[in-house]
Amino acid sequence: MSEILFQSDHVRVERGSPAAMVRLFGAWTIEHAVAIDRAMPPTVRACPSGAVIDCSGIETLDTTGAVLIRRFAEHLEGANAALLTGVRGDHKMLLEVISCRPPDAPTEPEHMPWYLAPLYQAGQATIQAFSSFGRLLSFLGLVLVRLMGSLIDPARLRLIPTLHQMEVVGLQSMGIVGLISFLIGAVMVNQGAIQLAKFGADIFVIDMLGIAHLRELGILLTAIIIAGRSGSAFTAQIGSMVLREEVDAMKTLGMNPVDVLVLPRLIALTICLPLLAFYADVVGIAGGAAMAWAQLDITPANFLVYFREVISIDHYWVGVLKAPFFAAVIATCGCYQGLRVEGSADALGARTTKSVVQSIFLVIALDALFAIFFTSVGL
Amino acid sequence: MSAVAENMPDGVSDDIMIRVRGLKTAFGSHVVHDGLDLDVRRGEILGVVGGSGTGKSVLLKAIVGLLTPVAGTIEIKGKNQAELSGEEARAARRDWGVLFQDGALFSSLTVAQNVQVPLREHFDMNMDLMDDLAISKITMAGLSLDAAVKFPSDLSGGMRKRAALARALALDPSVLFLDEPTAGLDPIGAAAFDKLVRELSRSLGLTVFLVTHDLDTLVTVCDRIAVLGDNRILINAPLRDVVDYDHPWVQEYFKGPRARGAGID
Repeated sequence: MSEILFQSDHVRVERGSPAAMVRLFGAWTIEHAVAIDRAMPPTVRACPSGAVIDCSGIETLDTTGAVLIRRFAEHLEGANAALLTGVRGDHKMLLEVISCRPPDAPTEPEHMPWYLAPLYQAGQATIQAFSSFGRLLSFLGLVLVRLMGSLIDPARLRLIPTLHQMEVVGLQSMGIVGLISFLIGAVMVNQGAIQLAKFGADIFVIDMLGIAHLRELGILLTAIIIAGRSGSAFTAQIGSMVLREEVDAMKTLGMNPVDVLVLPRLIALTICLPLLAFYADVVGIAGGAAMAWAQLDITPANFLVYFREVISIDHYWVGVLKAPFFAAVIATCGCYQGLRVEGSADALGARTTKSVVQSIFLVIALDALFAIFFTSVGL
Repeated sequence: MSAVAENMPDGVSDDIMIRVRGLKTAFGSHVVHDGLDLDVRRGEILGVVGGSGTGKSVLLKAIVGLLTPVAGTIEIKGKNQAELSGEEARAARRDWGVLFQDGALFSSLTVAQNVQVPLREHFDMNMDLMDDLAISKITMAGLSLDAAVKFPSDLSGGMRKRAALARALALDPSVLFLDEPTAGLDPIGAAAFDKLVRELSRSLGLTVFLVTHDLDTLVTVCDRIAVLGDNRILINAPLRDVVDYDHPWVQEYFKGPRARGAGID
């Protein structure tokens, strides 16, 4: 028996002349691939001057095993020369399938050097931001053109989808909008009263609630909830239709995707958001009244009398007037991002995120512009 | 492994890879299969045909365990699939490759990464070996190497099928399930895919369960054909016997103009 230079469960290296003998044995299958692969470096080290690979001891072989034999041969060849012997007849075919090593090919997309990546991303994002804003504007223009056309020829409007959307974005979001408005109204009175009590001015909490909630918070919260709830749904619905080529099918059938998909959602949201804003105002004030009753002992009747005295209807109008504009922004962003989905499920997720972020950002930016506008016209 | 199948006598239990007995599947009150029996022999390529809605894909899903049957047993390699423990079921699944109708590649990964997913999941291999294996499987599936870094959405339908086949072969399965592998491919691409499946099955000794509508595939690839109809398997036999089977659907299918085009007479 010749001297054994290395031994593992699948490989045995024996000293021989002129070259070492590498005997492969046992099951060369995917189950043992990890162990066999680990045995490779010591095997190569044990045969510095080339080797004969004897495959006659291999009991079972699959394609992974065949790839491993090829790798052994290659690495031993790298050390010096390798020779393959004793391949069983039924294993020959397998080895032939795998025999020639495919050239090295990358398996992952190319990565950028780490120091360039942030610069590249910043540049990309800047270009993206500008071009995406431009495209959004052009999409808005397209939608408005179709909307005007539909108003001239109302038969083009799709009533049933519009009513369905109104139910989904309006009626079905009353629960969450109501809950959040009530809580915010209550919290504002609760916290405001504590602070104002320091000046002995806790009754003014009602002024604060009325002005803040009617002018800003009610509509802003509603818009943000709807952007998260319905804007994302618009993107996902339309985006998955794009992915399954339903939108292309529509075009070939002579239907305009803007008419079929965008306008019903836009119209539904533009009608529903002011109504939701009104509802949020009422519920928010009710929440404030309830907290005032519990904390400050102001009965609801007294609350309302005082409220009517100090809060002018203008505050309500300022809030509700913004609603249709916010609605248009949310619906346009949602539908636009949906139609821009292409390729994969990943893109759908990215677009949905983008749609929500973009519409919330635009809603708040628009709200700031409105604040300046209303102040300068003295409302 | 490969050549033995055809010459082995019937009834040798070792010979049967998949054994389905008394299978009943239903969606609510809609019964798809009732009392279905089917044997798939080791190393053979079995083609499953049937009209639309006869439950070809449902049968495949029931066998691979994506769907729980109402009644009946499914044995793969002699093991009743319903009685396997979690770990056994996991091990059993490693022994199958499934090719879904649209490929079902993971869209956020490249083709090579798709092939590596099962390797990563089941083994702790080093990256170099995994790359080598992935590239080998991709070559085996007849894809060009520049496809390895592409994402599924950048591939054509035929390439996607081949990439999905490469992933199905990743764990060196002994059974391959193919759901309409040639649907949506052009005749040349379909013929090439047929040839590929046949060659792989012969050289790797694979047992193939192939659901198809494609008459050419049936003629060129399949050792035996199982015809689904009336909630069960009407006949499971080589093509020449199936052609003569006395059933209106079978006669219409195998004696129609398209069958003549495929060289069946």
